[in-house]
Amino acid sequence: MIHSLFLVNSSGDIFLEKHWKSVVSRSVCDYFFEAQERATEPENVPPVIPTPHHYLISVLRHRIYFVAVIQSEVPPLFVIEFLHRVVDTFQDYFGVCTEAAIKDNVVVVYELLEEMLDNGFPLATESNILKELIKPPTILRTMVNTITGSTNVGEQLPTGQLSVVPWRRTGVKYTNNEAYFDVVEEIDVIIDKSGSTITAEIQGVIDACVKLTGMPDLTLSFMNPRLLDDVSFHPCVRFKRWEAERILSFIPPDGNFRLLSYHVSSQNGYPVGYRSLVAIPVYVKHNITFREGSSQGRFDLTLGPKQTMGKGVEAVLVSSQLPRGVLNANLSASQGTYTFDPVTKMLTWDVGKINPQKLPSLKGSMSLQAGASKPDENPSINIQFKIQQMAISGLKVNRLDMYGEKYKPFKGIKYMTKAGKFQVRT
Amino acid sequence: FIEMLDSNKDSLKLEAMKRIVAMIARGKNTSDLFPAVVKNVACKNIEVKKLVYVYLVRYAEEQQDLALLSISTFQRGLKDPNQLIRASALRVLSSIRVTIIVPIMMLAIKEAASDMSPYVRKTAAHAIPKLYSLDPEQKDQLIEVIEKLLADKTTLVAGSVVMAFEEVCPERIDLIHKNYRKLCNLLVDVEEWGQVVIINMLTRYARTQFLNPNLNECLLEEGGESTFYGSDADQDEDEDEDKKDEALSKRKPYVMDPDHRLLLRNTKPLLQSRNAAVVMAVAQLYFHLAPKAEVGVIAKALVRLLRSHSEVQYVVLQNVATMTIKRRGMFEPYLKSFYIRSTDPTQIKVLKLEVLTNLASETNISTILREFQTYIKSMDKDFVAATIQAIGRCATHIGEVRDTCLNGLVQLLSNRDELVVAESVVVIKKLLQMQPEKHSDIIKHMAKLTDNIQVPMARASILWLIGEYCEHVPKIAPDVLRKMAKTFTNEEDIVKLQIINLAAKLYLTNSKQTKLLTQYVLNLAKYDQNYDIRDRARFIRQLIVPTDKCGALSKYAKKLILALKPAPILESPFKDRDHFQLGSLSHLLNTKAGGYQELPDWPQDAPDPSVRNVEVKESVPEWTKCSSREKRKEKKVEKPFYSDSEGESGPTESADSESDSASSSASGSEQSGSGSEESEESEERSDSDEEEEEEEEEYMSLDVLMGPTPSPQVTPVGNFLSSSLVTDLEGLSLTDTVLSPATISPSGSLKSYELLHRITGEGLWVEYCFSRQPFLPDPHMVAVQIQFTNSAATEAKSLRLEEAKLQSGMRVKEFPEIEVLPAGESATVVMGVDFCDSTQAANLQLCTHSRKFFVSIQPPVGELMTPSFMTENEFKKEQGK
Repeated sequence: MIHSLFLVNSSGDIFLEKHWKSVVSRSVCDYFFEAQERATEPENVPPVIPTPHHYLISVLRHRIYFVAVIQSEVPPLFVIEFLHRVVDTFQDYFGVCTEAAIKDNVVVVYELLEEMLDNGFPLATESNILKELIKPPTILRTMVNTITGSTNVGEQLPTGQLSVVPWRRTGVKYTNNEAYFDVVEEIDVIIDKSGSTITAEIQGVIDACVKLTGMPDLTLSFMNPRLLDDVSFHPCVRFKRWEAERILSFIPPDGNFRLLSYHVSSQNGYPVGYRSLVAIPVYVKHNITFREGSSQGRFDLTLGPKQTMGKGVEAVLVSSQLPRGVLNANLSASQGTYTFDPVTKMLTWDVGKINPQKLPSLKGSMSLQAGASKPDENPSINIQFKIQQMAISGLKVNRLDMYGEKYKPFKGIKYMTKAGKFQVRT
Repeated sequence: FIEMLDSNKDSLKLEAMKRIVAMIARGKNTSDLFPAVVKNVACKNIEVKKLVYVYLVRYAEEQQDLALLSISTFQRGLKDPNQLIRASALRVLSSIRVTIIVPIMMLAIKEAASDMSPYVRKTAAHAIPKLYSLDPEQKDQLIEVIEKLLADKTTLVAGSVVMAFEEVCPERIDLIHKNYRKLCNLLVDVEEWGQVVIINMLTRYARTQFLNPNLNECLLEEGGESTFYGSDADQDEDEDEDKKDEALSKRKPYVMDPDHRLLLRNTKPLLQSRNAAVVMAVAQLYFHLAPKAEVGVIAKALVRLLRSHSEVQYVVLQNVATMTIKRRGMFEPYLKSFYIRSTDPTQIKVLKLEVLTNLASETNISTILREFQTYIKSMDKDFVAATIQAIGRCATHIGEVRDTCLNGLVQLLSNRDELVVAESVVVIKKLLQMQPEKHSDIIKHMAKLTDNIQVPMARASILWLIGEYCEHVPKIAPDVLRKMAKTFTNEEDIVKLQIINLAAKLYLTNSKQTKLLTQYVLNLAKYDQNYDIRDRARFIRQLIVPTDKCGALSKYAKKLILALKPAPILESPFKDRDHFQLGSLSHLLNTKAGGYQELPDWPQDAPDPSVRNVEVKESVPEWTKCSSREKRKEKKVEKPFYSDSEGESGPTESADSESDSASSSASGSEQSGSGSEESEESEERSDSDEEEEEEEEEYMSLDVLMGPTPSPQVTPVGNFLSSSLVTDLEGLSLTDTVLSPATISPSGSLKSYELLHRITGEGLWVEYCFSRQPFLPDPHMVAVQIQFTNSAATEAKSLRLEEAKLQSGMRVKEFPEIEVLPAGESATVVMGVDFCDSTQAANLQLCTHSRKFFVSIQPPVGELMTPSFMTENEFKKEQGK
């Protein structure tokens, strides 16, 4: 399966290598660099690159390429999914997954990779099991270790892998027992020129942070489980119970994990034209024009809230890739600040909060290259925002119950809506 | 370093090892430290030890002799009482690639394969491919180990051993037969990476063992199929006859093998997995194996994956593109999910475009074209070019929009971007070939473009077009040739070739005007630097200019050059890619990757399905206590069963309980129409297989056994399960063929059994069921609800029971006598039977005023329980006892 792994940074240096079978020379990465050169953008490097003797399968996360070397047939998604799991684990361990963090913790990284694959086949990928084997570094522990010479490697042998609930470590103890659930929804929208919605879908996740003693058995029920018809679960969720009763019943892993992710779309299963499921929380009025013969273009943009159920729209950020012909933009914002990068032609406007009484707007002119003809294309506008305390799909948790343990845990549920790929065509 | 490693302090050693590992990670060579490091292999400190292992595995291949020093440490580890140490010793030992220790490894693997601990057995499975790659000569011995481990019943081992199977002996498909059903049943609980491997292997297996479900369209519904197997032990002869006939008539066209169905059913829930690779594996399984009508379920899951990382999208879209060629309808409802955002990377955009093009049909083409219009305005020029190609393909496939597309493309000819124009020209050329007579004005328009457009491919296309259809533009064509002759020397090669073609064609059709021009062009070409062009010129001259020498060929010059050319067919690059197994690396690259296992074609005739039958003895190892009784019952029950179903379809215990549960669920829904049947059925299944796996799966079976909603009327009873019963249950559920699925869920519909058939009973029809209520007069008895229906013309009198020949220890509490049962009426009574915890039938005499009937009540295993309510914890406690 996976033969070797190379980590390549954005300037093209291999800063870590690990081999699970015979050593593969790092010169194999030359094929990768070739492909990288051919690709105009970093994200356009093909994920699968054939070379005469090997295949390179890579993912790009945090501006680091994780390049796996494969020698024979293996499902590409298998490798890609695993590499992403590796990145998630690093992030979980070090907080961030940067070149510096990996270099600083190179021994832990090596130990992790050693446990995650055996002979190139995934062995332990559950974060709970790994944490039992290898303790994540903390500042305190690093200090203690340097002084006392004790280790990061778990003293007791890992039992998680043998357990009937392999995702949960045993012997968990907390003084404060708490379980928090975050319902986070991202809304992906394409709105066309005239303001009508072309597609709208919601990608939701329920992330949990569970710190409970012992072996708690939780059930989570929803007011409107019917919304969740396209879901994927953490392996801890009892699928049959969900099928039968639409209740999430599970023994949670310890710590942070993604309980489920779901997808609500405006189209699936409904006749064309029916799109009541996905509400669009923000509208955009825009007028971006270039006139033939003139070296000026007009830019006029206004944002407003819509269908937000009274919740405020925050952290609004508008960005737009202006046509190549635009030299500069001379705009004025009613609130927030805007920047225009004349090299990349990227216009960004940090709006902040939308005040429904006084709608934020960005107006002004763009100067074009003198003599150049008017650009063919109109830029599309990408918007980011956050709405606290609301799940745009209307999903609501009904109750959370705990069985199997005596104490009373502290429970909390938080809702949030974010813009995913929110795009307005002009 | 060496000093630090030789020191007595662990902390110094650790520090040294950490630095060495950091150097290895950076790719520095540290092999000269080997002797110093390897000494520490027996170090007490766990972290030092682990890092030494890392070092050892990395360099052992280069320092074979010194590596041998460490072997004895691992051999000692293999004997350790702690399973984790045994496993880790085996893991490192097998990772040391030193040929000389092959016999030691072989021995260790063999021993570990029969270890008590499933974790060690898993490690043994992992070690198999390592040894195989070190020494392929060991294959035969390793196959023996694989065969042994394949029979393992724990989920922990299943994935790893199938992985080993795929690496060592994927051609030995016969090893799978006996384990097929077990693998299907375990699948849900195997870890996710193992699932992928197992599903891919089972796809290949199914292709060799089952028939193509899409061979003919008349598919059998599930219901029909399952009634066939659903015959209960105590069913009457004539009814069985009916079923047989019914099934036979349906069987002729196509009947899905129940094992085939089992695979489809057990993989479906995994579409919900969080792991994209698992979802993809199930999707390809359905694509390759499922009947057409059922493949649709995978679309939603695949579309969900499109929200994942862009690398995942890339792979999924490639596969979707292949699928949409064969099964367009499946993704049509999700059309909008493939719409393109300006922020998508170009490679994703192009793939989405491919999918959109494949999805285009008469009904949705207008929406798609409108979407394409926005794409043409994109700043990403590669993407615009791909869009124009896509429009061209839509136009060739859907006749109605051909003109619209053509007009749109013609408009693009005035686009400012030359690349866009060039791409449009190329596509228009292809489209015009389909019906040139209607579009002479477009050809004229394009002729004008030769003045401006510089892209060679586009110029060549225009010239070809004018030459080919010169009779449609008789005035312009010679003029174009004139202009081209002027610039000939400066043109690119492909353009030059087309100028020669144009000249030749014009010469043949309009020699008066173009004779001189043609000769001029041919003369220029004669001295061209490129020999292709010189060749072409010579060839054309010989062909078209009549001379004395040239023979027969020039007579046919016109036919040769101006032959009607078939219009090109614009095809998807994904056409026919599905001969590779979807989701595979080979499919993605469209070439066979090393180690790729060909997906075989469906067999013409189904191989013998009985090879998958598993002998009963094998599957009841531990429960010898009840196995003797079990076997007796087995015989009794299975005999009629096999003969009923003709034996051909080869039901065995697992398939039986499968089809059995399927049938009863089907019949259940007929009766009650309640929607929960499906889940009941699956719970039932997992129930029976989980028991197989020792304690591993207790956790899952908890809620299963408990049932989803305990019925409220039940009064809690203290210690209700006699412990022998628990053992009975666990043992029996493995093998019992008549285990009713209804046992599991008190809320589900109760299954009725026939006590007396209406014909033998002369109009009196008696059914019984286990009501699952406590039998209040005697807590040791099971409540049996009996329903009498009098379908005779006369009334029946004094219905009562008499004990005939009960087994020792059995007791019966009769129901109160029914005085009169008028014709057409029915009555229900409850009686109690103490079956003494056995599954023997209670033989009774049912008496009416005129006759006596011998009847027997057969308790299915699961009914011998006292209903009780308890929480999961109490249950755990009970089970622990």
